[in-house]
Amino acid sequence: MTQHLPAIIIVVPLLSALLVAVFGWIKKTICFVIALPAMGIVFLSSIVLFYKVITENQPIIYFLGGWSPPVGIAYNIDHLSSLVLVLISGVTLAHLIATRQTVIEEFTNKVSAFYTLYILFVTGLMGIVATGDAFNLYVLLEIASITGYAMIGMNSGRAYLACFNYIIIGTIGACLYLLGVGYIYLVTGSLNMLDIASILPGLVDSKVVPAAFIICMVGLMVKMGLFPLHGWLPNAYTYAPSSVSTLMAPLTTKVMIYVMVRVALYVFTPVLSFSVIKPGNGFTWIAVAAIIMGSLMALSQQNIKKMLSYIVIAEVGYMVGGLWLGNRMGITGAILHIVNDAVMTLCIFLAVVSFSSYKKRDKLSDFQGAFKEMPVTAAVFCVAAISIIGVPPTCGFFSKWYLISGGLAAGHYAFVAALLFSSLINMVLFFRIIEIAYFEPFSDHHGKKHHVKIAEASPGLLIPLIIVACMLIILGLYTDELVTHVISHAIPAEIV
Amino acid sequence: MNEIASFIIAKYNYWIYIVLMMIGLYAMIVKNNLVKKIIGMNIFQTAIILFYVSIGTKRGATIPIIYHGHGDGSHAVHATDYINPLPHVLMLTAIVVSVATLGVALAIALKVYRRYNTLEEDEIFTQIRRK
Repeated sequence: MTQHLPAIIIVVPLLSALLVAVFGWIKKTICFVIALPAMGIVFLSSIVLFYKVITENQPIIYFLGGWSPPVGIAYNIDHLSSLVLVLISGVTLAHLIATRQTVIEEFTNKVSAFYTLYILFVTGLMGIVATGDAFNLYVLLEIASITGYAMIGMNSGRAYLACFNYIIIGTIGACLYLLGVGYIYLVTGSLNMLDIASILPGLVDSKVVPAAFIICMVGLMVKMGLFPLHGWLPNAYTYAPSSVSTLMAPLTTKVMIYVMVRVALYVFTPVLSFSVIKPGNGFTWIAVAAIIMGSLMALSQQNIKKMLSYIVIAEVGYMVGGLWLGNRMGITGAILHIVNDAVMTLCIFLAVVSFSSYKKRDKLSDFQGAFKEMPVTAAVFCVAAISIIGVPPTCGFFSKWYLISGGLAAGHYAFVAALLFSSLINMVLFFRIIEIAYFEPFSDHHGKKHHVKIAEASPGLLIPLIIVACMLIILGLYTDELVTHVISHAIPAEIV
Repeated sequence: MNEIASFIIAKYNYWIYIVLMMIGLYAMIVKNNLVKKIIGMNIFQTAIILFYVSIGTKRGATIPIIYHGHGDGSHAVHATDYINPLPHVLMLTAIVVSVATLGVALAIALKVYRRYNTLEEDEIFTQIRRK
């Protein structure tokens, strides 16, 4: 049974999406009942895979349908992908439980359609991470994207136009990736990633390889929303239904960065990526621009979701910059930040959803008195905020530490400066909200004190939220174990 | 001059796909009408499909099945004689993907039309700004 786990993590959600679509017509409440165990199975299978990969210290390669490559499609679960699989399934499980009530409120009679798309979206993401085939990755990328478009389009109002722009720009990104894969296929005659990685170093003189590399990378940059290709991201996340943006913001960009790491380190191999083609310096400068512009634009927003979306753009810059520093420290920081940022983003977005559970809170000024009404959510919000700022012992500090050490080791001081600048801006951003939510309205401190009623969100939302917030601290405390046992094996040995 | 001409003519399939791709990209960026943008997106995708199909074909080659398999024994066709089927098969999947994207894009365009009563981007923006 356990040798089929790489297939189970894809097949179980795929089939349960079908079941949800069918039974959802009969009874609306059954959707969640089917989705929850499916995601539970996926989460447990991912953990077992993760454990197996770590204890056996070698990648699991699974041939779908027993067809071995180059004829068939192989699923390749190594240290890097098993870590991200656990991350995706864990984030999804927490999100699924937390948003149960929100989904019913937001999609009154479209619940079954929503859950079908939701599960297919997660299937796509899991497949992107698990697959060892470059073309298969494109197909799964589009599965995740198309379901994402549909979920964003389920909100009314401005969401339609935001979704439309996302479709157009996202399709350009995916098509460019496909074109890059076509160029790789042209020179190697293979689509299997391990196979490509063994052939490409022999083709260092080819002009097609750098072209393929650049086209692939630009496609992925569009998909991950790296400044200046981020145009679709803020509106799509702001106007999407809150149960959708809370899932997409932690996962989509992070999985795309995983793909970038995978393509750079395991398809083009470190030799080509860092010694022959050498885009590192340029890409790090783009990341510096992304960090600074993302932070500055976040500063000028009045809408909380839009502000957080711009913080996501800045965080994308962190990870891309860390990867292209090209040293072990920087790449460790980038991979660690994929994990940490997904959990942080989930926590902060869910906290915002929790704040608006009785009263719609979109603008920063709506947060007046919010901390007194919702003390638990406020605590969770503060933990997530200090993690994004980067205060120990929360996990955000440690990945930032690795990134800064990587930047210093590579001598890229602009990147280090950008990271510190972004931390400062984040501090301003979150302290501004904390100030509004905790101290305003000022009239309370003079004259008459009126009693504030505590109105917390439902326990179904609060309990996952508290668990996610605890994870931020646990991840921070166990950073060392995570780095030595997992991430150091996920980086090829030739990177120093 | 001759060299450039022969360079262009010898690789005409790449030139055609690049020109088509740029037409699609132009339509997506410049066109004001949302449906025209969607058509541009589709041209963009089709250009890449064309690129894949063209790299698999070969002049005077045959299909990759065992030639006259029945009766007088089976002898495999030599690799130089047949068309590489893999890019074509990949493009079947890519066509499905592009149809799905087109469907979602058209559905969203319909929703935009129902809300703003127009498909012209500038008119939609003026409506949004007015609010």
